[in-house]
Amino acid sequence: MEPQGVQIDEIMERYPDKPEYLIFLLQDIQASYGYISAQAMQLACDRIGVPLTQGYSVATFYQSFRLDPSGEHEIRVCLGTACHLKGGQRLVEDLERRLNVEAGGTTEDLRFTLNTVNCVGACALAPVVVVDNEYQPNATSKKLEKYLKTIDALAGVEAKEGAHA
Amino acid sequence: MPNLSTALKMDPWRLQSGEELNRLRAQIIAGRDPQRPEIIICHGTGCLANGSDKVAKAFRAALEGKGIQAKVMPGIKTTGCHGFCSRGPLVIIRPQGLFYQRVKPKDVEEIVDHTLVHGKAVERLLYKDPSSGDLIFNEGEIPFYKLQQRIVLHNIGKIDPTDITDTIAAGGYQALAKALTTMTPEQVVAEMEKSGLRGRGGAGFPTGRKWRSALQAIKKKGRPVYVVVNGDEGDPGAFMDRTIMEGDPHAVLEGLIIGAYALGAAQGYLYVRAEYPLAIRHLEIAMHQAREYGLLGENILNSGFSFDARINRGAGAFVCGESTALFTSIEGKPGNPRPKYVRSVEEGLWGRPTVLNNVETWANVPLIIERGADWYAGLGVPHSTGTKVFSLVGKVNNVGLVEVPMGVSMAHIVEQIGGGVPDGKPFKAVQTGGPSGGCIPYSLKDTPVDFDSLTAAGSMMGSGAMIVMDHTDCVVDVGRYFLRFLEEESCGKCLPCRLGLTRLREILDNFSQGVGSEKDIEDLTSLSQAIQDGALCALGSSAPNPVLTTIRYFREEYLAHVQEHKCPAGVCKDLITYGIDPERCTGCMNCARQCPAQCITGKKKTAHVIDTHKCLRCGICKETCKFDAVFIS
Ligand SMILES: Cc1cc2nc3c(=O)[nH]c(=O)nc-3n(C[C@H](O)[C@H](O)[C@H](O)COP(=O)(O)O)c2cc1C
Ligand code: SF4
Ligand code: FES
Ligand code: FES
Repeated sequence: MEPQGVQIDEIMERYPDKPEYLIFLLQDIQASYGYISAQAMQLACDRIGVPLTQGYSVATFYQSFRLDPSGEHEIRVCLGTACHLKGGQRLVEDLERRLNVEAGGTTEDLRFTLNTVNCVGACALAPVVVVDNEYQPNATSKKLEKYLKTIDALAGVEAKEGAHA
Repeated sequence: MPNLSTALKMDPWRLQSGEELNRLRAQIIAGRDPQRPEIIICHGTGCLANGSDKVAKAFRAALEGKGIQAKVMPGIKTTGCHGFCSRGPLVIIRPQGLFYQRVKPKDVEEIVDHTLVHGKAVERLLYKDPSSGDLIFNEGEIPFYKLQQRIVLHNIGKIDPTDITDTIAAGGYQALAKALTTMTPEQVVAEMEKSGLRGRGGAGFPTGRKWRSALQAIKKKGRPVYVVVNGDEGDPGAFMDRTIMEGDPHAVLEGLIIGAYALGAAQGYLYVRAEYPLAIRHLEIAMHQAREYGLLGENILNSGFSFDARINRGAGAFVCGESTALFTSIEGKPGNPRPKYVRSVEEGLWGRPTVLNNVETWANVPLIIERGADWYAGLGVPHSTGTKVFSLVGKVNNVGLVEVPMGVSMAHIVEQIGGGVPDGKPFKAVQTGGPSGGCIPYSLKDTPVDFDSLTAAGSMMGSGAMIVMDHTDCVVDVGRYFLRFLEEESCGKCLPCRLGLTRLREILDNFSQGVGSEKDIEDLTSLSQAIQDGALCALGSSAPNPVLTTIRYFREEYLAHVQEHKCPAGVCKDLITYGIDPERCTGCMNCARQCPAQCITGKKKTAHVIDTHKCLRCGICKETCKFDAVFIS
């Protein structure tokens, strides 16, 4: 998913060329591409007239930005206080074992990125895991295993369809 | 909506005066049949996570597809969070006010047939009073709601937050019209001062006084001045602000516009946590509709006053909830706090006078302006007026959002409204104020919940998260949790916070492994003191609070870790072992199949055994076992 000229230009057009829009631009780039490539960063910084170093200092300060490609599916395990007390950490460890990747990392096959998040505001349903923006309330390792399997199965179908096309 | 405006013969929706607002309101209400059945489906983040969108779809299909036999076609309305998310998806049937909980798409047909067509309740979906076992039909009769005083939340769960006409019908923007047409900016500020409202974002600074200082700063430095909403809600475990922004976005907006009028601001900002996509969407819709109706933007209600606002999405940094960090973040830079020799009301965003208030604070403003400061000051207790919304979570039966007058006791909230701890035992402690707050032990359960009483008990009000802990929660573990959180979130600018928190956490790590001595507790205390004195911003200076209060109230539990090498709550992994009770084990083999270390052995229908040397202490067996046979010692 390398940024293509046209699309990234479209993002650049969304905001006035002022340094205060740096975070807006980076958020939109990340939303479209899953991460901020060196190329996209350069474009954004040039566009609004800030040095590249400022682009990177922003991108590394805020946790939501990624500088390398993320997996096809993003799993975010909530580690807010309510979820911590209801075993959120256990779910992280379980997923780390299952996917063979550390929290914050992406599996080798680029299928899954495992992240943690501090509260998604659904604390009444703790522990909460968000997979590709779908909330999994009252999550257990068993439920997650099942859910990830359905994603895997879907991926299998997609791959087959892709092969036919 | 277009029909409405043509019916009213208005220049596309732009309201020109308070009277026009009233006329529109009367018209909307007159166009409604109060007896028309209405299906209210909660669409807050919690219920959506439980599939309430599918429930709504099922209702639409059932009503449209079959052409039901009711006299009047029912309406469907989706609302913000009702606060009782643990019972979701929630469905309320009006006009009776029937309350259905945990509704699944497959229940829809029965509701349509029984309730909408035949006027009878579906009993299995009703709330059952846990003590008496009686069925409760009406939302308002459920103890969880009955014991609350919902003022800030009064519209949430009743209105459709994406439809401004619903807000207007419920009395939205009346306070704005009142301020613009009958009050001077000075009178608005005076009213806020008189109300006694204190900021709901953490520190409890009097809002009127903050606005007054901003006016003084403007006298010195002139305008522009900015008004800002703090919707960062960084406290993990809190979702009050989320609910308000999602469920009644116009209340926040109306408060902000009134504040802008009082201070003469032309531009405002809403800084909202990126983890709240629904809140951002609803605020965007609300702002768009408010502009269309002439309630935001140029020449609001034809009063000559103009003001607009924009949303900044957070990017995942807890420290950006701090005022000076929030301003630098809006400016597009990393959110590093700055020393506050000069207060941010004087030198805030872009170096200009700025008023920053929390979401709930802003949502209180229209209430105060509309009903008057005297009414407001009569709620709560003298130095903490009004109500406060709390997110009651953790080990409590009725998990959810509650609004009560300031000054009610902790026990009232946790035991009466919250229904106590699931296993019926007394709670162990309640953490208030999040990572900056502290634990209130059961022995202080009668502490009134107001700013000053909580501070006196060593904790703080904070933003309103109340995390209930029971005897299976370990204070060392909770202390470590908050320290790790703050260590990760520290911006690293000043040394006491950057290194001090790490050292505190290391000492607690040792405790969790049974390593340490009584002297370490003294070290924790003196290091905490140094951090409190030396940190640049309140992230660091308040960080030791959870540790200090737990040492104060649970010293023996700390000592048990290092002297007896025991974690009494059974949480700290290095000090516990898992075992299986042969009396309870049925030999179902479920745990053995799930165990990632494959260290559980046993034949079918015979008691299983855990090899404690290989055991990872992951807890999956305990979670899996249906017979409660796995124990921790
Ligand atoms: C580290 C840190 C994080 C904070 N996070 C928030 C927050 O998420 N929301 C909030 O309203 N206030 C937060 N505050 C408090 C704000 O700095 C500020 O006091 C508040 O927004 C002022 O509004 P109020 O007077 O209406 O409470 C935080 C403070 C600190 C030091
Ligand atoms: S106290 Fe912590 S968060 Fe605050 S400025 Fe210092 S290092 Fe940054
Ligand atoms: S603590 Fe996990 S959703 Fe709030
Ligand atoms: S989201 Fe429905 S009750 Fe909270």
